[in-house]
Amino acid sequence: MENVIEIIGIDKYIYLSIILFCIGVFGILYRRNAIVMFMCIEIMLNSANMLLVAFSTFHQDAEGQVFVFFTMAVAAAEVAVGLAILVTIYRNIGSIDIDKLKNLKG
Amino acid sequence: MDTNVILLLLLVPLLGSLVNIFFGKKLGNGSGIIATLAVLISFIVTVVAFVQVNGTKTPIQGNLFEWIAVEKFSISFGFLLDQLSLLWLLFVTGIGTLIHLYSTSYMKGDENYGKYFGYLNLFIFFMIILVAGSNLLITFIGWEGVGLCSYLLIGFWHKNQDYNDAAKKAFIMNRIGDLGFLIGVFILAFLFHSLDYMTIKTALMSGTNHQINTWIGCAALAIFIGAIGKSAQIPLYTWLPDAMAGPTPVSALIHAATMVTAGIFLITRLNFVFDLAPLVQDTIAIVGAFTALFAASIGLVQNDIKKVLAYSTVSQLGLMFMAIGFGAYEVAVFHVITHAFFKACLFLGSGSVIHAMGGEQDMRRMGGLDKYMKVTYITFLIATAAISGFPFLSGFFSKDEILMVAFEHNKALYIIGSIASIMTAFYMFRLVFLTFKKGFRGTQEQKNHLHESPISMTLPLIVLAVLSIFGGLISWPGSSWLNQYLQPVIVKSAANHPHALGFEAYMLMGVATVGFLIGLIWAFRKYIQKAQVPQEDDKITGFHKVLYNKYYIDEIYDKLFVKPIYIIATFFRDVVEVALSGAVFGLGKIADELSLQGKKAQNGNIGLYLFAFVFGICLLLYYLFIAR
Repeated sequence: MENVIEIIGIDKYIYLSIILFCIGVFGILYRRNAIVMFMCIEIMLNSANMLLVAFSTFHQDAEGQVFVFFTMAVAAAEVAVGLAILVTIYRNIGSIDIDKLKNLKG
Repeated sequence: MDTNVILLLLLVPLLGSLVNIFFGKKLGNGSGIIATLAVLISFIVTVVAFVQVNGTKTPIQGNLFEWIAVEKFSISFGFLLDQLSLLWLLFVTGIGTLIHLYSTSYMKGDENYGKYFGYLNLFIFFMIILVAGSNLLITFIGWEGVGLCSYLLIGFWHKNQDYNDAAKKAFIMNRIGDLGFLIGVFILAFLFHSLDYMTIKTALMSGTNHQINTWIGCAALAIFIGAIGKSAQIPLYTWLPDAMAGPTPVSALIHAATMVTAGIFLITRLNFVFDLAPLVQDTIAIVGAFTALFAASIGLVQNDIKKVLAYSTVSQLGLMFMAIGFGAYEVAVFHVITHAFFKACLFLGSGSVIHAMGGEQDMRRMGGLDKYMKVTYITFLIATAAISGFPFLSGFFSKDEILMVAFEHNKALYIIGSIASIMTAFYMFRLVFLTFKKGFRGTQEQKNHLHESPISMTLPLIVLAVLSIFGGLISWPGSSWLNQYLQPVIVKSAANHPHALGFEAYMLMGVATVGFLIGLIWAFRKYIQKAQVPQEDDKITGFHKVLYNKYYIDEIYDKLFVKPIYIIATFFRDVVEVALSGAVFGLGKIADELSLQGKKAQNGNIGLYLFAFVFGICLLLYYLFIAR
């Protein structure tokens, strides 16, 4: 069976992951909805994951894939906590627009 | 055994002091009894040690522990009870006991009764350290400690600002002298690599190092300056008259009998050093003689009963220094002891008078007290006769010996000393006549209040009066027990070359007696026959006024030292400190302003934070991967 990397080429994966990461970053910077920002963070995280998997296959080394599993597990935990926080915020101020969350003003 | 004796001697007063300071309020009248017992125990221990040393002729020594030990130089926390220190301890603890007993009545009803006895016991403790220390540094601890207690007790009634000023004056004046003492200690440490009295003595007696004589002279001079401060000699004497602000028993104990003689003790202790510095000895004799005359002349016209006694103390200390200057240490010690007896008696007597007068100290408001206070009057009269040199009382012998020594060495100083003695006789009898004779000049209210003091106050007076009479026996001219006793301590001891009493000695005794009579008759004519009363303050004129204002020495010191120091201090406060604090506060202001500006970045806008975060990472990446 032919290797996926050989068919498409490692450079494409790198470009894709850069694009995904940048989408995440700009999403974070431009959107004001906390849930959308949260999704953007996930996009960034997954772009990194994809890069890890791609290189792992490229090098014929399973370590990268194992690493990704751990990342996903941690990300899942983080999502659970993050969403719980967002729900609490919504209950308290009835909005999840980050422009309204200015209580940390110094 | 020896260490136990020393520990017992030292720690009992310290314990008494701590108990009284911490639990004085709860103990009430008990604190006076505890304090008196503590000193009494010390006195008994001293007597036991004295009998032992007098029998065996070997000093009691005890090293408690090694205190400071560096290479080639070590100081042990040791004590030495030899003939000299035991003699001092005898009268410090003995008179101390009497004065503690006296104070139990005198201070009755004072709100800080316990604290007073705490301080008094602490003083005894430090005095024992001063006298019993086996090296200069231990002595210095005691030296500073008695200074502290003196300060605390002068300012004991601290609600009166004048008293506080007097306490501060005493402390600061003493500090000047203490600096001299400390410099002397440093020089001796530098020369001998040791501060132990015995070691220094042995090193000097071996006599191999004569090239260091200049340094020895410097050390002797520095230590003499220390003695000037503590023993109130010209030019540092002005604190002693002001120190009369303290309670009268304190004046008797600290400022007449014990602490002010510490300077004499120190010089006698280091007599082997002073013997090698003849120039310093001459200085001591001259300073002593002039102090004796100067203070006596001020004493002639003072109207405050305690001030007269204070100037008298300064004058008598001057005589002792004169004797020391002539190398007659035994004579000085003799006068210290007799002076301790009669001056303590005089101060306690004046305390009794002040007690009866309800706090009045001005002799112009007294008079005729002999009818009301028989015991006080008689004891006071005995002590006065003793200090003035009435034949065969204690003061007669000791003062006569000083004058005899002066006559041998320096006729001019002899004349000065004799004039001072005549003045002493005059002002002391003036004091007696004004206080106890003629009619009462105070208010009717005071007159009704007049009473003899209770037994606990008169008993010390009687004991001290008896000692004033017979104190002279310890050094009977011609066959002096004291000279023999002190022989091991004093290198150039008079006991080594005794000389029989010649015609000269009897002649000098006769002259001294005539001097005494002149003073007595002068006072008698003026205050008994003519019944004069000193004028009120604003009517005093001429030289009398100069004397009454103590030669304006306080004012001169004020202009010469205090004012310039104030000016310098004001300059530093207004210019240097303003500049310095301006610089420091300026730096603070800059940081403050920066942080105020920086605070604005923390506006709570999460979007901005995220932007800054991403922007920062971009910068970092740019720096790491592209710019480098």
